[in-house]
This record gives sequence, C-alpha cells and structure tokens, in this order.
Amino acid sequence: MHNVNLTLDSDSVVEATATKQRKLKTKAIHPFRVLVQKEISDQVRSWKFIILLCIIALTCLGSLYTSLSNIGHAIKPNDPEADFFFLKLFTLTDGSLPSYSVFISFLGPLLGLSLGFDAINSERNRGTLSRLMAQPIHRDYLINAKFLAALTVISVLLFALGFLVMGIGMLIIGLPPTAEEFWRVVFFIIISVFYVAFWLNLSILFSVKFRQTATSALAGIAVWLFFTIFFVMIINLINKATMPSQYAPPAVILGHENLMLNLTRISPSTLFSEATSTMLMPSVRSLGPLTMQQVQGAIPSPLPIGQSLLLVWPQVTGLIALTVVCFALSYIGFMRKEIRSR
Amino acid sequence: MSESIIELVDLTKKYGSFTAVDQLNLEIRKGEVFGLLGPNGAGKSTTILMMLGLTEPTSGSVHVCQTNSAENPIEVKRKVGYLPEDVGFYPDRSGWENLLFIAQLNGLSPKEATERAEVLLKRVGLLDQASKKTGTFSRGMRQRLGLAEVLIKNPEVIILDEPTSGIDPKGVQEFLELIVQLSKEEGITVLFSSHNLHQVQQVCDRVGIFVRGKLIAEGNIQSLSQQLFANEPFTIYAEVSAAQSAKSAGLSYQLQQLDGLISLQQNGQHFQLGCSANISDKIARTIVESGAGLQSLYKREHGLDDIYNRYFQGGDYA
Repeated sequence: MHNVNLTLDSDSVVEATATKQRKLKTKAIHPFRVLVQKEISDQVRSWKFIILLCIIALTCLGSLYTSLSNIGHAIKPNDPEADFFFLKLFTLTDGSLPSYSVFISFLGPLLGLSLGFDAINSERNRGTLSRLMAQPIHRDYLINAKFLAALTVISVLLFALGFLVMGIGMLIIGLPPTAEEFWRVVFFIIISVFYVAFWLNLSILFSVKFRQTATSALAGIAVWLFFTIFFVMIINLINKATMPSQYAPPAVILGHENLMLNLTRISPSTLFSEATSTMLMPSVRSLGPLTMQQVQGAIPSPLPIGQSLLLVWPQVTGLIALTVVCFALSYIGFMRKEIRSR
Repeated sequence: MSESIIELVDLTKKYGSFTAVDQLNLEIRKGEVFGLLGPNGAGKSTTILMMLGLTEPTSGSVHVCQTNSAENPIEVKRKVGYLPEDVGFYPDRSGWENLLFIAQLNGLSPKEATERAEVLLKRVGLLDQASKKTGTFSRGMRQRLGLAEVLIKNPEVIILDEPTSGIDPKGVQEFLELIVQLSKEEGITVLFSSHNLHQVQQVCDRVGIFVRGKLIAEGNIQSLSQQLFANEPFTIYAEVSAAQSAKSAGLSYQLQQLDGLISLQQNGQHFQLGCSANISDKIARTIVESGAGLQSLYKREHGLDDIYNRYFQGGDYA
C-alpha cells in the first residue's frame, strides 16, 4: 500500500489555483458560443435530462436484449432481408418488448418535449431574460442557442445510443455490419434526430407562448398524446364513415385508400415510422397501396440504400418542414415579445 | 456644464390606445446620479427599456452615449449596465458562474473575466459567498451580485430599475452608498428609478418626477420645492392645549388675519399653516395672546415627501 499524504499545505493549493488561472484562455469566446456552451451544460446537468437518459438507456438495452435473444430464429430461408442481418438488431422483437425503433418513436417525443418546454418561459420566470437581453448580444442569439444546444444534446445522445446498440450487437453476434447497413443505421439516426427536433421545436414554441412552464409542458404532452392515441381513432372513424362499398370501382377504392394514408401522414409519428421502417427494412418497396399489376413480376429483393432514401424523401422533407415551421413560429413569437422583468 | 449622455426627445410609447410614455423630453448629464421618481405604472420601466433598445418607441428618439438605442441597441448595451427590477440568476449556478457567464457575453476572455469578477465581488462584499449557488442568495445579495454584474462590462452608464425594493433598510443604505461611491470615483452616470422618495433624496443629484408617462417636474430637490411651493414655501405646525380648544374657533380667525398666511387647516388642537415667509414669531405671539396655550410650534422645510404628495395625491394627478 502506498502512503498517501492527505494534508495539503497552503502553498501547494495557492500554486494550484495560480496554474488554473494561468490556464484560462486569454482570448475572448464569441458570445453565441458562450450561450450554447452554457445551455448544453444546463441541459446535461438537469434532473429531467438525467431521468430521461436513464429511461431511454434502459429501454434501449431491453430492446437490444430481446432482439439478440431472438435473432437466431429470425433468419429464414428465402428471406430477402437475410443480407441485412445486422439491421434486425433495431427492428426485431418477440412481442414482449417493442423494438429499438419503436422505442425511439415513443420516447423521442418525450425527450424533445422535456428539453424544450421551459426554454424561454423559465428564463422569464427566473428574471434572467431581461438580464440577458441587457447584454450586448442580438436577441435571437438566445433562442438560436437554446435550439442548437438542445439539438446537439439530442444528436449526441441518439448517435451514442445507436452506435452503442451496434457495438454491443457486434460483440455478441460476432458479425460486423456491412457498409450499407452502417449507412442505413446512420440515416435512421439522422431521421430520429429530425423527429425529436420537431418535438423540441414544438415545445420551444409553447415555451414562448405560455408563461407557465407547467402549461407549456402539458400542452406539449397533450399534442403528443393526441397524435399517439386519438389521431389514430379519429382516422379510423373517418375511414369507416367514408368507406366506399366493396363493389365500387377499383379507382374509387384506391383513391379512398390513398386519402386515408395521406390523412394519417399529418401525424409526425406516422412520417417517422414510415421513414425508419423503410431505412431499416430494405425489403419495403412502397409506402402506399400497390395494385396487383404493380406487384406482378416484382422480384422480392431488397432495395439499395439510394432507392430507400428516395422512397422516404417526402417523409423526411415533411418532418424537416414541420420542424422549421415550429422554429420559425417560435422565433417570430420570441422576437416580437416585449422583454419585461418578471 | 458637462455633456449630456442620455437624451430623450419627444419619446412616446403606446400600447394600443394606452399611452405609457407621452412626449418625454429628458437630458441626463455625464457623471450625475439622476433619480426617476414615480408611482408604479408611471412608465419608468418602459422608458428604461426604450433606452436600452429592448422596446421600440412609437415615436421620438432615444440617444444613449450618442448612439440611437432603437437603431443600434448592441452598441448601447455595450456601454450601459442595466440592473432590472428583481434581478434573477440561474439558481443552480454559483455566483461566480453567473458572473463569468455575463462577463463572457460582454466579450471578456475567461482570464480577464475571472480577474475582474474577483475585484468586483470583493467590492460588493460577496467574495466569500460567491461560490454558493445563487438559489440560496437573499434578495440583498442578489442585488449586490447584480451590481457586480452590471459593473463587469465597465459601463459608462448604469441604469437601476427599482434596485432597492425588497431589501432591508440596512441593506438599502449600503447599496445606495455603493452607488454614490461608484458614481463619484469612476465617473459613472447613474440613472436610478424608484418610487421611494427617501432613497432618491439621499443619493440623487437631480430628480425627475414621472406620472402617467409624463415628466412633470425636473431638477434638484431644492429647485423642485421652489418651483412647487413658490407661493407658500413654509409650512408651520402648531399645537394648542386641549383645555382651551373651545377658544380655537376664535383663534383660527385671528390667525387668518396674519400677514403672510396663505392657507390654514385645523384639526382639533392641531393647526397647519402655509406661509409665504417665516412668520413663526407672529404665529406664536397670536396664539399666546389668545390664551390658547401653545404646546408646540415647528417649521417644516419641504422635502421630497411634500413634492411627491403634491404631485400624486393632489390636483389633476390624483
């Protein structure tokens, strides 16, 4: 055993602080960077983030476990996706626990909402908004920094989790992913980041609109619940009410099907699940109804990654558009708000 | 006369049909401590926000340090330190962290910021407690930290919006002394808004009285009282003994005959006499000769209290 001298003489302490002082940068950091740095450290230190991180990490490990324990049975002869063995880590389930991609579509919104719901109104309630605005920075720095910081946190978190799943999977099944599988996973993660960014911006919008953090949090959760539960029910009602008779001409039936599909695509979670399932299941060839003529003669082979990306392009564009619209609304709302003390 | 550092010309701010600030003209000179005095909701804070370019004026212009606040707020905010009413800090960060954050937003390097922060924390007397989280700070400590933060950017002007509300009297005293010291030593112009007249009277070189968006009087306290009480600069209070109060009706008649008396109010044994000159001796003689038994007699000079009351409780502004 080493003998450790635990007593500190005052000289060594003074010296330590002096070196710390010397190590400090003498060059000024751009104010926007200062803001982003502070926001990121705020997010990472906050309890809500730590709690969500634990939940997400746990569910992620849980889904990884179920997919790994079932992966042996997953390979069937003549499976068009046999080449994409590795992607099954993200989509496979035995029914007891949802797969990783379903977990992300479920918990992602919560993550986004929790990172943004108190962005502006908590600054206002703490009385720090007018103090910040009295500094020589542009007003939009604050909202941009909030958005950028939360987006950074989300991206780092999702990439870390995605790569963690990949790494653990690689260790256990002993197979490395092919380049295409790797890029499919990367695109899946990028799409997830956009999806979470949409919910983040929605909650930032609420945080600009509502003065109370509780109100904006509840408003965000209400929208989330609406899209996950009630929206599907409403679509079903409309579907039943407008269903053409089964003897109607095929064009009418097809038109109705397409209409219903487009209605469900109002929901960002539909856009996300369509996009991710196409990215993670290369055998998905179309996201709409196909007629017998279209299917006839098709070889049940997986799509190359470029074609899969083309297929989900509208969905991804839709998600980005929703995100941008929410951000633009909150930006305008914030710029027009009068800064008053508390 | 030194140059003016804040200039408001015909400044107007309307919220819908409500006029918060109405055709305001004001000039504040370099190095002075100016008190903006007015009741709550008089438009003080709105005026301050317009000076900082946080709110756009409906019409008129604001120049701070020769820069138009509405057009170039960043430049103005570089030179102006603003301590908002009831300033808030990030509660789970220490005083140090809060201070360094603001310093860096003002373009100080981390090294410079640490050095300046240490000097300023010592100055406001918070160096020992600065490593505590600001969530545990008392109101007075928060205000002092706020002052340190305002000073860290080396401002030419500091604007304090109701800086003393909610602090105990001793804290207020210390805070005000600190402000005066700063203004004198470093030549910083201080604009100090308050509804508390005693504090304004203590520290301000000049005072502007602000009611319903209008500046209704401006000047140092002496000149204000002269302006206001031009016709009755002296108020004399007299008390007669209770036993003879029956005679007081006659007494008040006699007092009204006195030369130089302008107004007379009687409340039982108490008389309040507004006079154009100091006629205490005549009043005393009249009371003694009437046999009413003079209990006390004192002359009061007009302080900000009277000025305030006259404006806010009396006349058109009540």
